[in-house]
Amino acid sequence: MNQMTRPRSMRVDLALIAGMIAPGARVLDIGCSDGTLIEHLFRTKQCDARGLELDMAAVTQAVTHGLPVMQGDADTDLATYPDGAFDYVVLSRTLQAVEQPRAVLRQMLRIGTHAIVSFPNFGHWRLRLQLLTTGRMPMTKTWHRMWFETPNIHPCTIKDFFALCAADGYRVEEWLAADDEGARAPWRRSPALANLFGEQGLFLLRKF
Amino acid sequence: MDNSPNFAETEHQAVTFADGLALDCGRILASLTVAYRAYGTLNAARSNAILICHALTGDQYVAEENPVTGKPGWWDRLVGPGRPVDTDRFFVLCSNVLGGCMGTTGPRTAHDERPGEPWGTDFPAVTIADMVRAQKRLVAHLGIEKLFAVVGGSMGGMQVLAWAALYPDAVFAAVPVAAAAYHSAQNIAFHEIGRQAIAADPAFHGGRYWAAGVTPERGLAVARMTAHITYVSEAALTRKFGRKLQDAAELSSLGDRFEVESYLQYQGSSFVRRFDANSYLTITRAMDLFDLAAPHEGVLAKAFAGTRTRFLLVSFSSDWLFPTAQSRAIARALNQVAANVSFVEIISDKGHDAFLLDEPDFHLVLKGFIAGCAEHAGLT
Repeated sequence: MNQMTRPRSMRVDLALIAGMIAPGARVLDIGCSDGTLIEHLFRTKQCDARGLELDMAAVTQAVTHGLPVMQGDADTDLATYPDGAFDYVVLSRTLQAVEQPRAVLRQMLRIGTHAIVSFPNFGHWRLRLQLLTTGRMPMTKTWHRMWFETPNIHPCTIKDFFALCAADGYRVEEWLAADDEGARAPWRRSPALANLFGEQGLFLLRKF
Repeated sequence: MDNSPNFAETEHQAVTFADGLALDCGRILASLTVAYRAYGTLNAARSNAILICHALTGDQYVAEENPVTGKPGWWDRLVGPGRPVDTDRFFVLCSNVLGGCMGTTGPRTAHDERPGEPWGTDFPAVTIADMVRAQKRLVAHLGIEKLFAVVGGSMGGMQVLAWAALYPDAVFAAVPVAAAAYHSAQNIAFHEIGRQAIAADPAFHGGRYWAAGVTPERGLAVARMTAHITYVSEAALTRKFGRKLQDAAELSSLGDRFEVESYLQYQGSSFVRRFDANSYLTITRAMDLFDLAAPHEGVLAKAFAGTRTRFLLVSFSSDWLFPTAQSRAIARALNQVAANVSFVEIISDKGHDAFLLDEPDFHLVLKGFIAGCAEHAGLT
């Protein structure tokens, strides 16, 4: 099998992220997994896209696929990049799993002009309802690991994330809520509705 | 010990540069010979050349039978038709390092000022950068302005790093494998045991063993045995030998041995038939002197400032001679200058030697990296 031409399907939320990125941009994808997004950005938008990934098996797969990915940890490795090295720094579905989300976000907006962040929304009505009615940590398609073994140690809601951006001085240039499959959900005008009905939040940020 | 195969008599393909080479130590070699092997075809644009850099005791016979040992090329798993470094697609070069003993100028070749005598211990101290400058001469001689890639493991990886630092515009992609940006105190310490063993051999004759018509085989063998331990992991030694005895049910006489002892002795005795003691002293010292950050106020990132080279760093999990932390430090230094860097640690229990052995993940990663770079370089 030719490794370079193997077609790969892309998560819908990655397509939404790709839609926020300008052609030819310098991009760092943190938690890039097998590098699907960076390959898409290189092939369709001629971006200089690179990846950082914690899981060695995923790194090996990405590099075997010819993609520039290095094994490393968002919590420790972002500090080694220079200021403004990238136009966009992407963190998709990973913010909730890092040790220091606030510090990681700060690093992203130091090394990049823009940060693109997506995360599963802990404010979704199904989660709220489960917690209210069962009194136990909710279990859904997105939040499917028991509390004692989940890697998602820092859950937050869309509303929480707006608050952090305000506190740390990040301008939300664009935001949207998406459903589980990553399709755009129609809550564009109301953060409160998005926080109740959106399964994922997706934000494009820059510093004021 | 068997003295019959005399590697001194083997002829090597080589090119001589009559204008010599200025060395880091300030001395000048009046004449420089570089022995090399080439595989594949250089394309019309001269843009498909890959230079392979060999390790301490390696040589230019990377992908064919070695004329001295009769063994397959030391990286023939990686270099050849259809291999990760594909000689059907790329023009692959490998040269014997400066200070080596397989045809390139070194302690065994003729002294600049004393015709009829080899350099011996008079050979100047050389550095990894000197080795790279000698390779650059060869590359230029072949009409190649820019190498598509430079690939090497261990000391070969040091050369790759030096290439990227010295000639950033002449290296499109760089692959230092199981390497480090400097030789650590522990590495230097192990080398010193080897050098002391050679010097303590009565046959060494202060380095003029060639004049006495002997070779310091005992000392060189002990040096190799010590070094070999550093190339393998404890787990690999246990897996291969454990506490098994060689041809004996128990250790009843002093002559009885563990298998691991017998194995090490074999490693030592086969080595002395193919390597020159003064070369060993020269090259181990060159490795000890290596510290890529030293000319840059100790800041490694500065060695790569502004680089546009694409890097792949590979380490092996059980390598304690050039541990993963060393490769990671290089990756982070490259991050500091926003370089394009891929970094993979391969899980293996084979220690430092893993870079020479059958490690499918390593080979797949290298193949993929080269394919990706070829696409970016516009090589079809």
